[in-house]
This record gives sequence, structure tokens and C-alpha cells, in this order.
Amino acid sequence: MSIAASAETASARAETAFQPGIDFAAYVRSGAGDENALNLIVEGLKCGGCVRSIERALANQPDVTAARVNLTTGRLALSWKGARARATTLAEVVENLGFRVMPYEPSRLTSQDALEQRELLRCLAVAGFAAANVMLLSVAVWAGHVEGMGPATRGLMHWFSALIALPAIAYAGRPFFRSAWSALKARRTNMDVPISLGVLLASGMSLVETMTGGAHAYFDSAITLLFFLLVGRYLDGRARGKARAAAERLLTLDAQSVTVLRADGSRAVLPPEQVNVGMIALVAPGERVSVDGTVISGDSQVDTALITGESLPRPVAAEDRVFAGTMNLVGALRIRVEAVGEATLLAEIVRLMGLAEQRRARYVSLADRLSRVYAPVVHLLALGAFLAWWLVVGIAWQPALLIAVAVLIITCPCALGLAVPAVQVIASGRLMRRGVLLKSATALERLAKIDTVVFDKTGTLTLGRPELRATEVPPGALAVAAGLAASSRHPLSQALLRAAPGATPLEGVAEVPGKGLALSTEGGEMRLGSRSWCGIAESESEAEAELWLTRPNAQPVRFAFDDPPRGDARQVIETLRGSGLRLELISGDRAASVAALADAVGISEWRAAASPAEKVARLETLAAEGWRVLMVGDGLNDAPALAAASVSLSPSTAVDIVQTAADAVFQGDELRPVVEILSVAKRSEVLVRQNFALALGYNAIAIPLALLGMVTPLLAAVAMSSSSLAVIGNSLRLSRGGRGGRA
Amino acid sequence: MSGLLYLIPAALFLGLLGLGAFLWSLRSGQFEDLDGAAERILFDEDDTPPDDKPA
Repeated sequence: MSIAASAETASARAETAFQPGIDFAAYVRSGAGDENALNLIVEGLKCGGCVRSIERALANQPDVTAARVNLTTGRLALSWKGARARATTLAEVVENLGFRVMPYEPSRLTSQDALEQRELLRCLAVAGFAAANVMLLSVAVWAGHVEGMGPATRGLMHWFSALIALPAIAYAGRPFFRSAWSALKARRTNMDVPISLGVLLASGMSLVETMTGGAHAYFDSAITLLFFLLVGRYLDGRARGKARAAAERLLTLDAQSVTVLRADGSRAVLPPEQVNVGMIALVAPGERVSVDGTVISGDSQVDTALITGESLPRPVAAEDRVFAGTMNLVGALRIRVEAVGEATLLAEIVRLMGLAEQRRARYVSLADRLSRVYAPVVHLLALGAFLAWWLVVGIAWQPALLIAVAVLIITCPCALGLAVPAVQVIASGRLMRRGVLLKSATALERLAKIDTVVFDKTGTLTLGRPELRATEVPPGALAVAAGLAASSRHPLSQALLRAAPGATPLEGVAEVPGKGLALSTEGGEMRLGSRSWCGIAESESEAEAELWLTRPNAQPVRFAFDDPPRGDARQVIETLRGSGLRLELISGDRAASVAALADAVGISEWRAAASPAEKVARLETLAAEGWRVLMVGDGLNDAPALAAASVSLSPSTAVDIVQTAADAVFQGDELRPVVEILSVAKRSEVLVRQNFALALGYNAIAIPLALLGMVTPLLAAVAMSSSSLAVIGNSLRLSRGGRGGRA
Repeated sequence: MSGLLYLIPAALFLGLLGLGAFLWSLRSGQFEDLDGAAERILFDEDDTPPDDKPA
């Protein structure tokens, strides 16, 4: 990444870097001597350059003993000698580089998934070692069948194989045995049941063969099978590792501390769980409100985008209600606490979302549906082979059992187990390079089936920030207005500044929350703000985002703002319509602005002023009519709708909770990733189906051979490896450029 | 054929050595940050590995 780009993100983040209320010292762990350690989540890490700048800046601090950034998980481990309180200043060092940091407790975030992933890797290593060595011995045995190896030597080889394979199977097979056992206990069956049964029977039978000096042992098949399956399992988990790290960030949001005013007038910073209803909370400008309550005193504006999706801040004063998750922008507030934690509106919305999500969790992936049919069929086939050879053909039960086991081994769903993960790993790697994080395992499969796309407006089709409309504003007026606006954090002021980047900030500007800015000059007072603040008569025209500038001896000037669509929105909409998708726009915004945007990007079907519940209702109607809907949205008001859609997508500028609800998250100012993800999903679907066909086709040839009792260990090994390699090779086709590369 | 009696154990010993090395590197955190490791080789200055085990 270029230096210019990182400087740009740095300045964009500098505004949000100021985060009072996080007590870094509380997360410090004390080590030996006077050494302290702190773990931080770093947002905005993109490449090695970011890693180096952070590590170098911290290493330049004389008391820092170690600073290590993990680029994969976006975490920073830091230790230093000296006071605990140094934590805050060290965190500032990183924030000054333009990264947002949040403390976390490692024990809280060492998730179950991460532990499982490490276990899989250990099992994989053991299985790989054993498979290689057993195969080495097996090759000698196979050669011996041709060259006339003596039974004593063959027995020795088999015993060595058993020595290596049996402990390795016992160790590396545990993930499968556990899963199979819990499925059987629940009177269900899954793919792990035939796997476990096949592996266990194969090793048991081979052990008996070895002890009785038999010619055929299947140790190599059993362990190689485990190895291939573990590769599939490991890849499957790894593909979603990054997305998981993103979701974990949510846990840190509710760890934000609250400043309360005690009865004796002292201030205390408390974790949310120690805050009670009736307490008085203080919220500084720039701080996120973390409780629900009523304002006692203070005048300010709050950014409610998280809750309502409105892009303009709402003025609040005494007796107004404020909600957790909103951002206090201008003045300090005193709030009487009415709800904390689980009781807040924010928590309620999150719960709503959880409910909608559970409904969707019923989606059964193609691989699971297949395994439901596959497992019983395989078991019946093996049983049938045993009974047929024993009772019908009339051979002894031991060789009949051998044939049944051979059927189980040959049908072990090795290539089937790789069919989906191999494609998913490559697809998510490819999408990640284009800024799309895939979170759900079945997202690609569901994406490939959609026929309708529903967009939210603000922040999704648009960038979600107001921009000055290019009208005939006198250039002098713009410079003056931007100079006034430089001292305000209001979104419209920020938009003015963006429109006139070179403006010199004026000194002595006073801000009146909810109204505007004022500056006394020699000629009189200059004002920038709302219509009423500037003394302009109210008009009946449609309300829209505007600012007025009044100066002594000059005509008042009006600045109008709108939220422009993303640069490529129209193009993307056209591409999507071209591929036969039905498009719809649902917004909580006013009809006029929704209509204007729908017209600008070319969507004919739109709904305005929809509440979160109405959005969900609309999606449910569509689902009832048989449409499969992709919802693209970013606000918390969209979150329940995102969870209700059959698959969902959100931009990375969306709030964390929404990103958690979405199946995939895309980055950047462009809408194009939506097209990209759809085309990758379509291609993946095709490849997965081809993989299944390959795997089943191999079975169609191998099963009759096994039923006839013609499968030797050599044949089993060759067939199994070649089908797995064919599946992997087929999946790799997705990573090559080609058709899917262009939108 | 008697050569097998020491060749097979020798092969197994070497294989175990490799397995041991892998498990050691896994335990000492060398597989914690594969993306970072790919970038660190490009840093100009010497990079000191973390001395403590991952949490």
C-alpha cells in the first residue's frame, strides 16, 4: 500500500481517535518485577508498513521492553517497565499514528474456535507424519506383492505400520470421533459417523490381519484418509478466522466504562455492570453514550446514526431521552440512568437481530444435505455386501467382513469432505484481496441463489456523509463559512471544510448547540447555522440539509447539502439489473430524497420512511412470495432486516453490530464489491457442484469394485488420493484470473 | 533384508524429529501470525522475535 494512502486513512481516523472513557490502566497485567503488559486491538492495520510504524514508534519509547503486532488478528502485545498508568500514554502513541486502539483481555478473546483450530493443526501434523511413514512401508509391501516378498518381512512391515498408525489414529482421529459420538448420542448421523466407522474398522481389521499374518493391511488408507480430512477441516476453519476476529471486537464495545457523578460530588469511572438505574452519568463531547437515560442538564447534539440511521445529528436538551450507542457531539451532558446493559434499546435491537438470525440458521448447507443421504446409504451398502457374501455367496464371515470394510473405506467421504472447503478457502482468499470479508460458511452458497437485491440508502448506496451541493455559491462566502466551520464537529461543518480545504480557521468562534456558530467582527456579528439562527424566514419548501451564512452588509448565503451516491452506484445497479436481478430500495429517510436517489441510480422500485420493523416485514413478504433476497445495509436500523434476509452484506463503515449480522463485509468507497461477490459466489457454486460430481463419480466406479471384493489396499490408496487431488485441482481454477475477475 | 532392522527405525527417528520440530514451532507461536511473517522479511532493520509465549 502506498504511503499516501496510509496518510489519508490516518487523517480520517484522527477524528475518531479521541476516545475518553476507556481506562487502559484497568487492563494492564503486572508481570515480574515492575514490568507491565497490555494487549490492544488495533483497528486500521493493513500491511507490513503499519506493523513497522507501530512497532518502531513504541520501540523508541525508552521504557518499552517489547511491542509486537500480529497482522493476522490485528492485535498488539505491549510490555514496559514502570507505572501502570503509562498504559494510556502508550496507547496514545499508537493513536497518534492514526490507528484506533481498544484494550482487551486475552483470556476473554481466546475463543473456542481458536483452540479447536490449534488442535486441528496438531492433529494434522501427527497424521501427516504417520501417513508419510506408513505409506513408505506400504509401498515396500505393494512392491513385495509383485517381487515375491517373504511373509516374515511383510509381517515386519505390517507391524511397523501398526506401531505408527494406531497411536496416530487414536490421536489425530479425536475431532471426528468426538463429533460422531455426540451425533450418535443425539440419535442423529453426520458425515463423521461413516468416517469414524471406516477408520476404526479399517485399523481393527488390519490389526487382525497383521496378527494372523495376512497379506493385506489398510493402515495406510486409514491414516491417509484422516490426513486429507483434517486438511479440509483445517482450511474450513482458517477461511473464517479473520472474520471471527472482527466479530470478537464486539465484545470490547460493551466493556466501555461509564463516568458517574457520586452523591458527594466526586467522579468515578465504573464498568457498565456496576452502574445502577438512578445514578447520574456524565458524557463528555466526543464520547459515546453507554446507558439509556434522560438528560438532566446540558445542551448538545447527539449522532443517532447507530440507532435510527439518520445522518444528521439531533439536538438534545434537558428532559430529552438519549440512548446507549449514540454519540455525544457538542456539549457535556448529565444523564439520569434509566437502563443499563441488557435493558438498553441497543441491547433490545441486538436481541431482535439474534432472533431473526436463528430463523436463518435453519439453512442447511448443500454438503450437510448430501451427507444426510450419503451416510445411511454407505452403511446399508456395507451391511448389504457383508450379508450377501456371507449368506448368499456362502463364504466364511471373516472374508465377508473384509469386503464390507473395504466398501466402507472406499466410500469414506474424503473427496466429499474437501469439495466445499477447498472452494471456500480459495473464494474467500480471492474476495479478501478485493476487500470483502466473508463471514458465514454458507454465505457463498446462499449468494449464488439470490434473485432480488434490496438496498438501504444512507451509507449503502450513498457514502453516508453530507457533501456540499455544487451550486452557485459565491466563492468568498464559502471560504468565510469554512473558516467559521473549522471549529465545529458538526457533520455539515465538516462537509463545508471538505469543500474548501484551504480555508483559514477563524478565531473566537462560539458554538451554540443545536443552532449554529457565531463570530463577532468589527462590522457586526457573522453567523453560520440553521435558518432560524440566522434570522431567515421559514419557508414551506421541503426540509433538506442546509446551512445559512449571514454577514454584516451582505446578502445571506444558503449552502445546501446532499448525500451523494457512491461513485459507481449507477454502474453497479445497471450491471446487477443486466444479470437479471430484481432491485429494490428501502430507506428510513424522507420520500423526496429517496425518490431523488432512486432516480439517480436507476432503481424503479423504492419505499421511503420505513421503520426497522417495516423493513423486516417487507423482507418477510418477499420471502413469502418466494424471492431469495440479498440485503445490503449499514445502519443499526437495518440490522434486523439484514438478519431476516436470506443473505446480507454490509459496508465496513457500518457499525460493529451490523457487521456481525451481515454474512459478508466489504471495504472502500465503491459499491463494486457487491458485483464481485455475486460473481465469485456463482463460480464457486459451479465448482462445488463439479467437485461433488467428481467425488461421486469416483465412488460410482470404486463401489462396484469394492462390492465384488476386488479392492486391494493399493487400489484404495490410489483411488482415494487421486479423487482428492482432482477435487483440489478443480477448486484451484477459481483462483486464476479469468471471467470472475472483472465485474 | 536385515538392513531393514536399523533402516526403518532410522527413518522413523528422522520423521519424529521433523514432527517434534513442527510441534515446537507451533507451541512457540510461530504459526500465530502467518500474514505478518510474510511482511516482516521486507523490514530493513533487525526484527527481534517475541520472547514470551503467546497468551
